Amino acid sequence: MGTVRELKIQPIRNGTVIDHIPNGRALDVLRILGLRALGSDSTVSVAIRVRSDKLGYKDIVKVENMELTARHLDALCLIAPSATISIIRDFKVRDKRVVDLPAAVTGILTCPNPSCISNVGEPIESEFEVARRRPVTLRCVYCERQVVDFLHHLRG
Amino acid sequence: MSLKGRDIVSIRDLSREEIDEILAAARRMIPYAEGTRSSGSLSGRIVVLAFFEPSTRTRLSFDAAAQRLGGRSLTIADASESSLRKGESLNDTIRMLAHYGDAIVLRHPNEGAARLAAMVSDRPVLNAGDGAGQHPTQTLVDLATIRESFGTLAGLRIVLLGDLRHGRTVHSLARALAIYGSAIRTVSPPGLSLPPEVAEQVVELGGEIQEEASLAKAVRDADVLYVTRLQKERFLDPAEYAQVAGSYRVDAAALQGARDRLVVMHPLPRTGEIAPELDATPRAAYFRQAFLAVPVRMALLGLVLNGKVP
Ligand SMILES: Nc1ncnc2c1ncn2[C@@H]1O[C@H](COP(=O)(O)OP(=O)(O)OP(=O)(O)O)[C@@H](O)[C@H]1O
Ligand SMILES: [Mg+2]
Ligand SMILES: [Zn+2]
Repeated sequence: MGTVRELKIQPIRNGTVIDHIPNGRALDVLRILGLRALGSDSTVSVAIRVRSDKLGYKDIVKVENMELTARHLDALCLIAPSATISIIRDFKVRDKRVVDLPAAVTGILTCPNPSCISNVGEPIESEFEVARRRPVTLRCVYCERQVVDFLHHLRG
Repeated sequence: MSLKGRDIVSIRDLSREEIDEILAAARRMIPYAEGTRSSGSLSGRIVVLAFFEPSTRTRLSFDAAAQRLGGRSLTIADASESSLRKGESLNDTIRMLAHYGDAIVLRHPNEGAARLAAMVSDRPVLNAGDGAGQHPTQTLVDLATIRESFGTLAGLRIVLLGDLRHGRTVHSLARALAIYGSAIRTVSPPGLSLPPEVAEQVVELGGEIQEEASLAKAVRDADVLYVTRLQKERFLDPAEYAQVAGSYRVDAAALQGARDRLVVMHPLPRTGEIAPELDATPRAAYFRQAFLAVPVRMALLGLVLNGKVP
């Protein structure tokens, strides 16, 4: 069954597959990946509302010639915690990763507090620590403001 | 465990044991703050008072604290107006100030400024208020006042009254009281209640908290009534301010049902929230609270600079 549906997307030789993205979040995942930074020879395939046994419906993003950085993984963890990552080399799945909540989230989110020192042009990156794991709640290390709605505070 | 070299940015950074240590040191500093004993324990030391937002009381009490211990201070009052910054980042300013003195006391309009300063400076940074954020030394003054009134901080009943949304002192005070297992009642005008995350933290830290509509009911079995003024400068909408201005006032009648031991506290300046008729009564703890600002800040300077007080 899966294979029939997967045929909608061309196989890739080298790259990364981000599967099991919560339905509706594929475009946010693309935002995290920052596609402008990607080479022009890289095909990006997006499947939205794919049937899934585990999630009901899910989204999938496949990016050619790209490997995710630690920062990508941190950001994915915040907005698509169910995502699984497969690294494709020569058409085969070579490695798998699950996303995991890091101790500190740096440079990914903007502090929701407009007068936070991290929002007024100081030469520093935003930084959050984990205040609570369930539900995931981050706390700005500067102003101590808490964030739960990560989607609204993604940078860029 | 030593506080030498430590930054005091948020009450969150301090354990209960460390708070107890600071309060004990502050008690020992009282005769020095009164001028009946003297000490040169900070002689040769310079405390930089970097005030990027006006605050006379906090600045002067730190200044007095440094001088009472034989130290000196460098003051930058309202540095936003001075030629010091000229659009320079706080990051750069602090790096420079760290070369001018042995400790930096910072007041700044942006929340998190003191944390940034502490990260950048290799000298201890004491947060003297960062916007609507933290004001840990005020909290320590409040705790010292309560401790002095009751001989303990454990298990007291505290009412917080006023602008609990903007009042930064009550946020850190609530958190600190929670560590000591206090039962907190909050009374505030509509729209100015304590932010839910502060209330959550109180519970997580082992305190108890409940909102109360009636002040008379809240004070009935309370030990402390902590009053704050409306933070006019933090209202974005003047109409919203006008709506709640003057909506609460504590006078003898309001405290009729309270226990004899109840004391009234206020971080001052007051703007009509407490009737002057209370000033001469044993309930008025706010002038003592203002005095204790000096020994508490002496204790902090002594501990972060020398690891001890005389
Ligand atoms: N060459 C390829 N090009 C594009 N996508 C691929 C390629 N190889 C595998 N994938 C996709 O990568 C993901 C992981 O592949 P795998 O074969 O491990 O599937 P799986 O057993 O369903 O794994 P999972 O438990 O992660 O769902 C799937 O979404 C699959 O469609
Ligand atoms: Mg699968
Ligand atoms: Zn912040």
